[in-house]
Amino acid sequence: MRYLPHTETERRLMLETLGLGRLEELAADIPEHVRFPDLELPAPVAEMALENHLRRLAAGNVNAGNHECFLGAGAYHHYIPAAVGYVIGRGEFFTSYTPYQAEASQGMLQAMFEYQSMICQLTGMDVTNASHYDGATALAEAVRMALNLTSRKRQRVIFSSAINPCYRSTVRTYLQGTEASLTGENASPGDMDSLVSLLDDEVAALVIQNPNFFGQFEDVADLADAVHDAGALLIVVADPIALGRFQSPGVYGADVVVAEGQPLGIPLSFGGPYLGIFATRREYVHHMPGRLVGETADENGRRGYVLTLAAREQHIRRARAASNICTNAGLMALAAATYLATLGESGVRQVAELCYHKSHYAAQRIATVPGLAVNPQLPERPFFKEFTVLLPRPVKEVNRILLEQFGIIGGFDLGAYYPSLERHMLIAVTETKTRAAIDRLADALAWATK
Amino acid sequence: MMIMVERAMSDIDERTVYELSSAGRGGNKLPAPDVPEAELPNDLLRDKIGLPELAEVDVVRHFVRLSQRNFGVDSGFYPLGSCTMKYNPKINEVCASLEGFAQTHPLQPDETVQGNLALMFDLQEWLKEIGGFAAVSLQPTAGAQGELTALLMMRAYFRDRGETCRTQVLIPDSAHGTNPASTTMAGFEALEIPSDKNGGLDVNALAAACDDSVAGLMLTNPNTLGLFERDIEEVVRRVHECGGLVYGDGANMNALAGVVRPGELGIDIMHYNLHKTFGTPHGGGGPGSGPLGASAKLAGYLPGPIVGRAKKDKDSGACFMLFSPEKTIGRMSSYLGSFGVFIRAYAYILQHGAEGLRENSLHAVLNANYLCMRLRGIYPLPYDRPCMHEFVLEGKVKGADVRAIDISKRLLDFGFHPPTTYFPLIVPEALMIEPTETESKQTLDAFAEAMATIAEEAAKRPDKLRSAPHTMPVGRLDEVRAARKLKLRESPRNFME
Repeated sequence: MRYLPHTETERRLMLETLGLGRLEELAADIPEHVRFPDLELPAPVAEMALENHLRRLAAGNVNAGNHECFLGAGAYHHYIPAAVGYVIGRGEFFTSYTPYQAEASQGMLQAMFEYQSMICQLTGMDVTNASHYDGATALAEAVRMALNLTSRKRQRVIFSSAINPCYRSTVRTYLQGTEASLTGENASPGDMDSLVSLLDDEVAALVIQNPNFFGQFEDVADLADAVHDAGALLIVVADPIALGRFQSPGVYGADVVVAEGQPLGIPLSFGGPYLGIFATRREYVHHMPGRLVGETADENGRRGYVLTLAAREQHIRRARAASNICTNAGLMALAAATYLATLGESGVRQVAELCYHKSHYAAQRIATVPGLAVNPQLPERPFFKEFTVLLPRPVKEVNRILLEQFGIIGGFDLGAYYPSLERHMLIAVTETKTRAAIDRLADALAWATK
Repeated sequence: MMIMVERAMSDIDERTVYELSSAGRGGNKLPAPDVPEAELPNDLLRDKIGLPELAEVDVVRHFVRLSQRNFGVDSGFYPLGSCTMKYNPKINEVCASLEGFAQTHPLQPDETVQGNLALMFDLQEWLKEIGGFAAVSLQPTAGAQGELTALLMMRAYFRDRGETCRTQVLIPDSAHGTNPASTTMAGFEALEIPSDKNGGLDVNALAAACDDSVAGLMLTNPNTLGLFERDIEEVVRRVHECGGLVYGDGANMNALAGVVRPGELGIDIMHYNLHKTFGTPHGGGGPGSGPLGASAKLAGYLPGPIVGRAKKDKDSGACFMLFSPEKTIGRMSSYLGSFGVFIRAYAYILQHGAEGLRENSLHAVLNANYLCMRLRGIYPLPYDRPCMHEFVLEGKVKGADVRAIDISKRLLDFGFHPPTTYFPLIVPEALMIEPTETESKQTLDAFAEAMATIAEEAAKRPDKLRSAPHTMPVGRLDEVRAARKLKLRESPRNFME
């Protein structure tokens, strides 16, 4: 098999060096009665046939490449500049690992340093780590950090119900090993006053998503002051694209900003691998989870980069580490760094504005369709790239018609997670949607609901 | 002026994206809006972000130059112990980038993603078969997350049985740091079990620790010395007898795939590292994927959703759907796990089949033992017995004042990535070497010769090692300074108007 480079002669020579005759003798330490099981796996497939087989499987999916996709809810179909795929496909990056040997890993280390720098700018924070698995796990780690900072004296965390339900459920799983509990999820979306009223000296953090799961900007005026007065941290789940044009959480007083980095040049890829963004204030740097890259110099004073503050991490501190994270999402952070560098100051701002304008155009068009209402159960707040639509029929039925008759992947069925929002569809409109595609969506919705 | 030319390309510092930035460069990078512009909410806007401004050519050249300062498996031999840095077939990349996979949204209805679900279902089935488990969840996104997930499942299992007194998790002193760290996160207490003089788990110490306060044992097998736990069956029996569960850390599965099923050794639950064993690249520190295999009694607690198969739906023709196991601990990540990694692992398993997996494992063991044999006279081998896929030397040379780090850094000058250095903690000056199955005898011989040359140098010219590396873009970097004078970001104010 061409995967293994050994020739028959080499194999024999190597075995002879070991005083062995057969490969199988190498497994002598394994209990005989379970050694070499007969595995029921498919027969090996050669490269050509393999590609054809995978192509057939891939063809069995409806996808955002050959359909107009208006589904978002945390994962978005944004345009990915060609340079991103080219850069992350470089084998020197792609096939390396955690840069333990700094001198042989300056490329990845500098790229991570640049990633950290650019994410700090986007979020308005002082320090950013080199990535988490995804948005939900970055949030779970942020909540853990807030709980640990209070030495477990504060055991409650206030969660807005307008946070991505998948994130909330991930956090709940992560906290199963602790005494901590979540509260606030009964408050209606956008009701900051109710959340603030829950603050007391047992609360470690208050968490909001902004723009929230429904696409709306939250009213954050005075929020950070209230949270800080109660001695808690403000954790914000952000949308990295929105940060291209809208206030950074750093400006309104967030202590930790987490985000799903997928919109920054990472394909939808059925939910992963994605990128967990984690940024915080300088005073928490010794308590934060994850890898950090720092600048330093060699003995000749030449600039270089290394992993730093490793004393927080599992391979040094073991049971007392800030987190167990080891492998993270380095390549995805490289994609985000390339995306941000390629689009730059003006490009990122343009993407944000395009999302804003196009989603507003879509909302206006859909609002004119008889029988449909836009954001009917939400407060009157500005929105970014998503909005809700109340339909006269179940979302599932409408989506089926959109797909089968119009080739459109419709929005997210909010009733699945919010019983009070049955028949509400969450629609996402990014810069990839043309006016014609948006018009078609509005017409298709009219047809499907008449 | 000509003197500058003598500096090699790699000797020139690569400027950062901020240093390369010029305000106003690049211009409009996206088309103007084709819809009427909506009014922006002024009080919520920001003015500047503080991102660099580069042309595409600047960006591409910058990152290409950075890539040239980075060492990957595609660059050369990368025997980083416990990380399984083997060559990954390029066809896997072609498959993973197919639009039909890459452009699917994780919240699409099941009937529209039957290709993805079929792939995930088969991968679950194959991993069950390879590991000897009753069920598999693909959701954990890395090995460490697989550990945490399994511990949370064990916790839920004991809760259901009313055995909340089980608060301790036993961990060998040779274990990866992620094991104790995960244990704390899951609300358990880690109790360290020493290794015996042969490098295996000390069974007497284990037996003494086994009581009704034990939730389980976390066991890496082969362990981080590259040694198979010969007493595995007794170890498992001891833990089971006291009512505990045995967690298998699958980090070293590259020695065992196709050779033995951990489930048949009595392991109750185990994570697989798809990015190590199943042919997917490590991406400079991730993404990874750490699916969990569980025995029948734990299967119901697996994180969901996972993929099931039902009868074909009459309308849609769909037969695969997502569901959550009945007693699931819940979700461990935003969506379904590292799907892009699943595609590569699926392609890897399908290329090799049962026999191929076994051949790969045995060749990984062959390469490790061969290399160990070539090096054992040159560097001390603390545990002298046949190894599995990796082995640990002491980075010491008799009579020479050099340390493991000096040997590692000097290896870079020979074009090799160094082994894992200073781990496991139970070996002084540890050099942990995992050659993997994809390296030829020539490569192993060349590495052995480099190690021999370095040992000679250590005796004659130790400064040559202590000042290494000499051929990298930078010399040995000052880690203490990095931690003391923290600089974790560029300050764009210096580069922007």
